[in-house]
Amino acid sequence: MTRHLVRAASLAAALTAWQLLTSLDVDLWLRFSQFPTVADVARAFGDRLGGDDYWTDLTDSLTRILTGFVLAAVLGVATGLTVARSRLAEDLLGPLLEVVRPIPAIALVPVAILLFPSNEQGIVFITCTAAYFPVLVSTRHAVRALTPVWEEAVRTMGGGRWRVLGSVVLPGALPGIFGGLSVGIGVSWICVISAEMISGQYGVGYRTWQDYTVVDYPGVFVGMVTIGVLGWLTSTAVERAGRWLTRWLPRTEYVATAHLRVPGARGRVLGPRARKAAAAAVPAGTTTPAHPEGVRDEHLV
Amino acid sequence: MSTSSETPAAVRGTRLSLVNASLGRPGAPALDSVDLDVAPGEILTVVGPSGCGKSTLLRTLAGLLPALAGTVAQDGSPLAGPAADRALVFQEDSLLPWRTLRANVELPLAIAGTARSERRRQAESWLARVGLAGRERQLPHRVSGGQRQRVQLARALAGAPRAVLMDEPFGALDAQTRAGMQDLLVEVLHGSGATVVFVTHDVDEALFLGDRVALLGAARPDGPDGAAGSGRLLAVREVPRPRERSASDDPARLALRREVLTSLGS
Ligand SMILES: Nc1ncnc2c1ncn2[C@@H]1O[C@H](COP(=O)(O)OP(=O)(O)OP(=O)(O)O)[C@@H](O)[C@H]1O
Ligand SMILES: [Mg+2]
Repeated sequence: MTRHLVRAASLAAALTAWQLLTSLDVDLWLRFSQFPTVADVARAFGDRLGGDDYWTDLTDSLTRILTGFVLAAVLGVATGLTVARSRLAEDLLGPLLEVVRPIPAIALVPVAILLFPSNEQGIVFITCTAAYFPVLVSTRHAVRALTPVWEEAVRTMGGGRWRVLGSVVLPGALPGIFGGLSVGIGVSWICVISAEMISGQYGVGYRTWQDYTVVDYPGVFVGMVTIGVLGWLTSTAVERAGRWLTRWLPRTEYVATAHLRVPGARGRVLGPRARKAAAAAVPAGTTTPAHPEGVRDEHLV
Repeated sequence: MSTSSETPAAVRGTRLSLVNASLGRPGAPALDSVDLDVAPGEILTVVGPSGCGKSTLLRTLAGLLPALAGTVAQDGSPLAGPAADRALVFQEDSLLPWRTLRANVELPLAIAGTARSERRRQAESWLARVGLAGRERQLPHRVSGGQRQRVQLARALAGAPRAVLMDEPFGALDAQTRAGMQDLLVEVLHGSGATVVFVTHDVDEALFLGDRVALLGAARPDGPDGAAGSGRLLAVREVPRPRERSASDDPARLALRREVLTSLGS
């Protein structure tokens, strides 16, 4: 609870600072006099929410990023697994991937324009390329870091290549894969917005750039806030999915309880006894498992 | 134990043999010129100082490590890799951490193609036999080290293998639980005629369980090619009156015990 309050307070403080700096036209070295105020932006936001264009932009951008990201996830995991598990694949694909990887995805705009018949496909291509490499690299590392005895155990039970892949390699690499997916969804946003600014029709990036060219600054900020919120929602979704799929990981309970405070012991990190009391005071239905022994650890695969 | 009547003895056993075999990793041989024959249904215990190559021997018999030289055969035909009829209980923790205890025990059955409800039933009954009833749905990291070892044992037995290779499976157990597990092993494996190779650090355990005990020795001080760490099979001895707890003060047993201890101590 208190953590939510802290988070909300931090956001509120940032907004207040923005409102003060802009409404007072503060012009030190940074010039806030040209800046729209929070109120301006909120008004523009309200107007946009009522119109159709805003929602079209939103769904267009979301469709592009989700298509690109899902493609990247599937392709990245598949190539990561193949390259890590097969020497031939590594020799065939490794050099090519290493040469393409350093090219910023947004620098592929000319390639996308040449290759794809429509802008739409080009944008998805760029988004996909952006997310592909983080996923590929982290999958490859995760597979190589697997404990060998897991695979050996499955092989001594008569498991073949596919069984090992499905029962050991994929689940064992999931924590690492989700690291890559989290990075990937972030760079996907960067690239989808940039690509829309360059060559899109509709989309949050396109709209933001349009507003800039017609000197509609509150509109620009509406676009930015939208991007921020969408980015936050999508990365939270990836994070949540990752935590859920890797919930078998042993987690340090120390970190989780370090923040736990009870009203009586204001501001002080609790000792073990008080922490136990606090845990007992947590009402049923909250996230803290009351009886670790009774928790059902269902398997995933 | 009356289970021998349910499963015909000596049907499920298998003969494991090493002929002039050199074992280890390429560039790091661990055991030289091993000649060993484990008869169907026999329990062979293996003792030797740390690092002498006991785990290497088991991994080779499991088919995970190819022999560097010589032959390793099952029922006369050379091993071609791991197979479900030779189960290995690893020295290290080999349970899949994302599977519940039950799902871990179900795995060999799933690989063998057993129907879901049937393998669930069998897995639960095996877990109960190793004393872990009610823990089926927990993840491995939520139970103790000794409990994990017992799950590994349950997993090995669930696959109904013809040979079970065990690498210090009871190392983390208290004396009483250990005795219980030994009895279970004798009842289930010996009763069904499976072949067992059992590595242990505990001499009394080796002499209680084994029909024969194999003594492995550490490095020869000066190997021909300077291969330090290259161990040897020193001797294989018949155990008098195996699997009789009352035979622990049998004079022949005591003499063998002294010999084993001397060989380990040197
Ligand atoms: N993965 C490996 N790569 C190279 N050498 C290894 C490897 N594992 C073990 N060895 C070496 O092989 C030799 C035998 O090791 P092994 O694990 O078989 O010993 P052990 O008898 O099982 O010992 P312990 O009783 O401590 O388990 C040792 O000298 C060890 O250093
Ligand atoms: Mg060992």
